[in-house]
Amino acid sequence: MGRIADVTRRTFLFGSVALAGGVAFGVYKVQETPDNPLAQGLAPDAASFNPWVLIRPDGITLIAPHTDVGQGARSVQALMIAEEMDLEPGQFTVEPGQPSPAYWNTAMAADAVPFLHTDQGLAARSARTAIGAVIKLSGQQVTGGSSTVADSWEKLRRAGAVARETLKQAAAIDTGEALDTLSTEAGAVVLRDGRRIPYTQLAATAARIDPVNTVTLRPPSAWRLLGKPVQRLDTVAKSTGTQTFGIDLMPEGVINATVRFNPRQGGALLSYDAADALSMPGVRQILPVTAGVAVLADNTWNAFQAASAIRCEWGQAPYPPEMAQHWAAVESSFTEERLDKVWREDGDVEATLASGAGIEREYRAPYLAHAPLEPLSALCRVSDGRADLWAAHQFPRLAQQLVADITGLPTGKVYLHNQYCGGSFGHRLEFENIRYATEIAVQLPGETIKLTFSREEDFAHDFPRQIGMARVRGVSDSGGIRALEIDVATPSAIASQSSRANLPLAGPDSQIAAGVWNAPYAIEHMRVRAYRVPELAPISSWRSVGASTGGFFIESAIDELLIEAGQDPLAGRLALCNDPASRRVLEAVREMSAWDEPLAPGRGRGVALVVSFGTPVAEVVEVSVREGKITIDKVFVAAEVGRVIDPVNFENQTAGGVIWGLGHAMNCEITYADGMAEQRNFHQHTGMRINQCPAIQVRGLESGEGVSGIGEPPVPPAAPALANAIYAATGQRLREMPFSKFVAFA
Amino acid sequence: MTSFTLNGAAVEVEVPEGMPLLWVLRDELGLVGTKYGCGIAQCGACTVLFNGQAMRSCQLPISAVAGAEVLTIEGLGTPDDPHPVQQAWIDEQVAQCGYCQSGQVMQAAWFLSNNTDPSDAEIDAAMAGNLCRCGTYPRIRQAVRRAAEMLAAPVQTFDPLTDSGEG
Ligand code: FES
Ligand code: FES
Repeated sequence: MGRIADVTRRTFLFGSVALAGGVAFGVYKVQETPDNPLAQGLAPDAASFNPWVLIRPDGITLIAPHTDVGQGARSVQALMIAEEMDLEPGQFTVEPGQPSPAYWNTAMAADAVPFLHTDQGLAARSARTAIGAVIKLSGQQVTGGSSTVADSWEKLRRAGAVARETLKQAAAIDTGEALDTLSTEAGAVVLRDGRRIPYTQLAATAARIDPVNTVTLRPPSAWRLLGKPVQRLDTVAKSTGTQTFGIDLMPEGVINATVRFNPRQGGALLSYDAADALSMPGVRQILPVTAGVAVLADNTWNAFQAASAIRCEWGQAPYPPEMAQHWAAVESSFTEERLDKVWREDGDVEATLASGAGIEREYRAPYLAHAPLEPLSALCRVSDGRADLWAAHQFPRLAQQLVADITGLPTGKVYLHNQYCGGSFGHRLEFENIRYATEIAVQLPGETIKLTFSREEDFAHDFPRQIGMARVRGVSDSGGIRALEIDVATPSAIASQSSRANLPLAGPDSQIAAGVWNAPYAIEHMRVRAYRVPELAPISSWRSVGASTGGFFIESAIDELLIEAGQDPLAGRLALCNDPASRRVLEAVREMSAWDEPLAPGRGRGVALVVSFGTPVAEVVEVSVREGKITIDKVFVAAEVGRVIDPVNFENQTAGGVIWGLGHAMNCEITYADGMAEQRNFHQHTGMRINQCPAIQVRGLESGEGVSGIGEPPVPPAAPALANAIYAATGQRLREMPFSKFVAFA
Repeated sequence: MTSFTLNGAAVEVEVPEGMPLLWVLRDELGLVGTKYGCGIAQCGACTVLFNGQAMRSCQLPISAVAGAEVLTIEGLGTPDDPHPVQQAWIDEQVAQCGYCQSGQVMQAAWFLSNNTDPSDAEIDAAMAGNLCRCGTYPRIRQAVRRAAEMLAAPVQTFDPLTDSGEG
């Protein structure tokens, strides 16, 4: 990595990331770190050395700016700071902090560029740096792209180290002891004679000196907390029902509210009749909101009841109302006009395809809901020239901006109190709960409004995962896969999402064929083309985004071609694989699953390998068939993340991602009829239940080079590995999800 | 006016008789450990013990609760004095987002009160109504097994009547 620059007082440079490579613009601006939000209004006896550490005489606060959506982000961010700062769990509190450009996401940038993650060539590095600079200049604080650990890794440990060294400096000043005789341990500077001065007592002196910004990070061999099975900071609360989620907040005098708005997403409210609703018990008020109505009531139940009693006449959807039309739009998008980008054009695909008897296939993936178990909610109060918003959001600064736009307040007067939430899977990148809570609150200044979506509204107003289709042609023989052409057509989830967030999306969408164009296979004649279907229903990022569809397409096709050529699916992949990290995960699942030992009749194994967000993940799924029903018995999964920072959480995220991928492939889809999503609750969109859950064996591979995320990458291989296993067990090839349309699961 | 016993104490509430216990607990009594996930008995996030039996509180109109004994996650144990099932959940680090876990813990507590030596299939069957969108199922299984062991080891159990509360 590059140099560590000295920086001015109260600022902090993010290591080398923004400095490496030569971008032509804004170098000066990029080097200037945004102001430290913690430095505002600091008391004289309090110290903040950088945007992540705040020390006051009464305690230490660590800021974890990445939103915790259940992935343990808050805990792991705090542990990274605490590791270098020599703090023990329990010696600090953790807060999400206020939205700030200081918390821009470095690592998201790395995945936003059209280069293989293994490509460290100059062009790839420059592009990553350029995109990083743009994200930094726009101050985008994002939780997404499985980037929390990668983004935090350097800067949070460095933040902890800066705090530690500055506190030592302060102790040297206070005691007159020589700096090199001081050490730190468990929240205190330790003097040569063993006396301990707690950090909190050093805050006043530390606040007056320049932070010590030239620091050395500890080697992994010296870690106390990282890389060890440490208890997550929220485990006790979440096991005893004492963790407060956004939906649980109930400040004094709060008014409960719910909304009903056009289930045809983006359609208008033509008229409504709320007479019955208004006469129902506990109902206080019914207010108009964009394309809908809000009910204010004494409690959430009353609000729900009244909302469903309102008779609404909804306008038409701004997209085709019937599912068949959506599929027709996808099918007709494989045209020159819709071509988004040719991602790979190697060798002579046409000639090779013409030279042998090949296969032609079509694969399909449906819309899917995010449906985190905690329905959307938000609290908002607008009063005395400020607005307060309590909600979990992955885009805090955009949420803040939206509140500012609706209230007319400057963003500096909008306070976002980011909350723990019951999952997101991408749903909390959207803004409906924030918009409606604010629209209600602005009509009732001084009141605290608590908006809760019913589960049905949450489903109706989800922005689902993209539907998509792939058309594949390929030729294989005993020498392997000789030619492969994959054309992928999906609407652009990123463009749809960006349009709602007012963020520009220039150029092609690398997510349309994600998992396909960056597949780590050396196939001599290979073509990957992405076609952008014009937006149909509005869609959004769903855990693992494009790779959740692309991974299914390519890993099903590779399987078919290898089997067609009489090759073993795993050995055949290994023979094609040109990325060392991907080879290692394949080798790992081969060994873990005892792949080369045959299974009894009625059983089958399938394998898949997908690289997403820079993390290669291989999975082997083992199924058995009894009385015509399929049971998923075992899954073996290996991921290369560079370094496993938090082993327990790593295993949980990996297993959870596998279950997410399998469960939705088994039995979920969102379909539209009359412009509305037909699935409105979990009986129609269930996912996996515990009685269907396989035994899952997880292995994290640690090359030691950098760190990459694990929140999303286990998802994409799950569906194709399952389809491939079902083929191995039954001879039935599933080319469309959900598989429950074609086979029965036990 | 409806009277019932909640976590060992008598409570009275004045709410419409069709109001589900879930919302009475959360919005009227401020006990928010019991969660709303679906409202139609599909997710189990709202599970409480109703006269000793695991029930979905979103399906229990308050009129049916009159005179009953209700135990919620808050009454099962506390961070300082967790119930063995909660302790097992902590030891096994089950939670991801944690939103489903109150319901999971209550379901497991009820299940283990009837079966201290459960098979894997029995655990799966007992827990199948509790959805976890984060996919914590493997650790739920481990935690239920661990809790069963803790409950089956009588010397380990903490008796609030005889124990001084130290340690
Ligand atoms: S909220 Fe009661 S079962 Fe889902
Ligand atoms: S832990 Fe998130 S739903 Fe179960």
